[in-house]
Amino acid sequence: MAKHDYEMTWKDLQIGCIVTEPGSASQYKTGDWKSQHPVWNKERCIKCGMCYLFCPEPCIGQDAEGYFEANLFYCKGCGICAKECPTTAIHMVEEEG
Amino acid sequence: MSKRVGMEASFAIAEAAKLAETEVVAAYPITPQTHIVERLSEIVADGELDAEFICVESEHSAMSACIGSSAVGARTFTATAGQGLELMHEVLYVAASSRLPIVMAVANRALSGPLNVWGDHSDVMATRDCGWIQYFTENAQEAFDLTLCAFKIAEAPEVLFPLMVHLDGFHVSHVVEPLYLLEKEEIAGFIPPLRYPFPLDPRKPVTMGAFAPPVLYTESKKALEVALRSTKETILRVWKEFGDAFGRYYNPVESYRAEDADTLLLAIGSFTETATVAIDTLRDRGEKVGLIRLRLWRPFPFDEVRAALRSAQQVIIFDRAISLGGPGGPLCSEIKSALYQEPKKPKIVSFIGGLGGRDITPQQFEQMFARCRELIDKKIDVEYETIGVRE
Ligand code: SF4
Ligand code: SF4
Repeated sequence: MAKHDYEMTWKDLQIGCIVTEPGSASQYKTGDWKSQHPVWNKERCIKCGMCYLFCPEPCIGQDAEGYFEANLFYCKGCGICAKECPTTAIHMVEEEG
Repeated sequence: MSKRVGMEASFAIAEAAKLAETEVVAAYPITPQTHIVERLSEIVADGELDAEFICVESEHSAMSACIGSSAVGARTFTATAGQGLELMHEVLYVAASSRLPIVMAVANRALSGPLNVWGDHSDVMATRDCGWIQYFTENAQEAFDLTLCAFKIAEAPEVLFPLMVHLDGFHVSHVVEPLYLLEKEEIAGFIPPLRYPFPLDPRKPVTMGAFAPPVLYTESKKALEVALRSTKETILRVWKEFGDAFGRYYNPVESYRAEDADTLLLAIGSFTETATVAIDTLRDRGEKVGLIRLRLWRPFPFDEVRAALRSAQQVIIFDRAISLGGPGGPLCSEIKSALYQEPKKPKIVSFIGGLGGRDITPQQFEQMFARCRELIDKKIDVEYETIGVRE
């Protein structure tokens, strides 16, 4: 996307609001309304991948060491990952502001 | 050369869709539109037109299928009426906002209830704001000519809007009339091939019908509105080209014996032809009356309407629809709003009639002129009056 949606004027829209760039929806920040976000405690994590499987978004991925983490650009703060983690390695932290 | 034939208006529209080399027809039969698609299905079945004829289970599906076929860049035609147009309602907006140049004939019909299959303009008025180009035709010749023009207008690269060709249910759709049909050779080249800029194509994927959140919806509507208004230029150009080529000219607002008239009648659709008989009678009696026929409905021809009504003292507006609980005739309220900011404006008298297929005679049009004078002379202020209603 050349411009962010909030920068686009009506003249910038393609005819019929057609989106000509495949996959551009991934550039849309959908994680901007969460009231809490997950924080990982790597010491407790056993890398079982349950959080990754259960995230409805799905926005949890693995880092280079095999630990899991959420991409907060998309995370909705639903808390399912924290609830499902068998070792309580994840806890939810309130958003500020 | 074009040949003069006797033909039902519905069949003439089917002939126009054939001459335009329509590629896809998706339609559901509904009175009084049925003969249009019935005839087209025969034309396709007989191999006279190489098109896909998609039989669907409802008008909602018909318009949805049309959106799909238009989205891949196929020339697409359908037709409907009344309840059918209503069942399409939500999808009509999608066709417009997606800028898909679907051409649709609408045999104007009353809306239930009570159930009524006959003609009036309730269906048109209910789809007024859906973003389609819309114009009226008043006889078989106009229905034929303006269906042909519709493809050229809708598909013009600077337009790309769906377009409704309105004709009165039964009063036009089912009447056999003499008309000049154009031959294939004559029309050759008149409608260039459709080149939709972003057709659905796996080799060049695009997303159509994506959602627009609050941050973009307003911009999308502004873009659509500006684009729809700007189609008028092309509409005028195509009508002029058609006139130059075939000798029959069309205009957004047309008049009959309106020069020097102090009282004008403004109406839409086929009843304007009946009204000309009344105008002739009254003119013979020395009355300065004339007729204004509104052909282009969307985009609304504000300048032409204002110019046509500028010198009249009184304007009678005849509606074949009613805005229940609202300002009466929808046509009348649009004309009034077009004139509101004008420094000098005529008095406006509103009549509603011809609902659900009821005829309006020339004598009744004469009575409207007489009643208009009476209301103005006696300074009687009424929102509107209903013609021929039994009290
Ligand atoms: S809070 Fe919900 S959305 Fe965010 S990472 Fe956890 S499961 Fe996924
Ligand atoms: S569910 Fe808990 S233990 Fe399993 S990978 Fe995720 S954070 Fe680690």
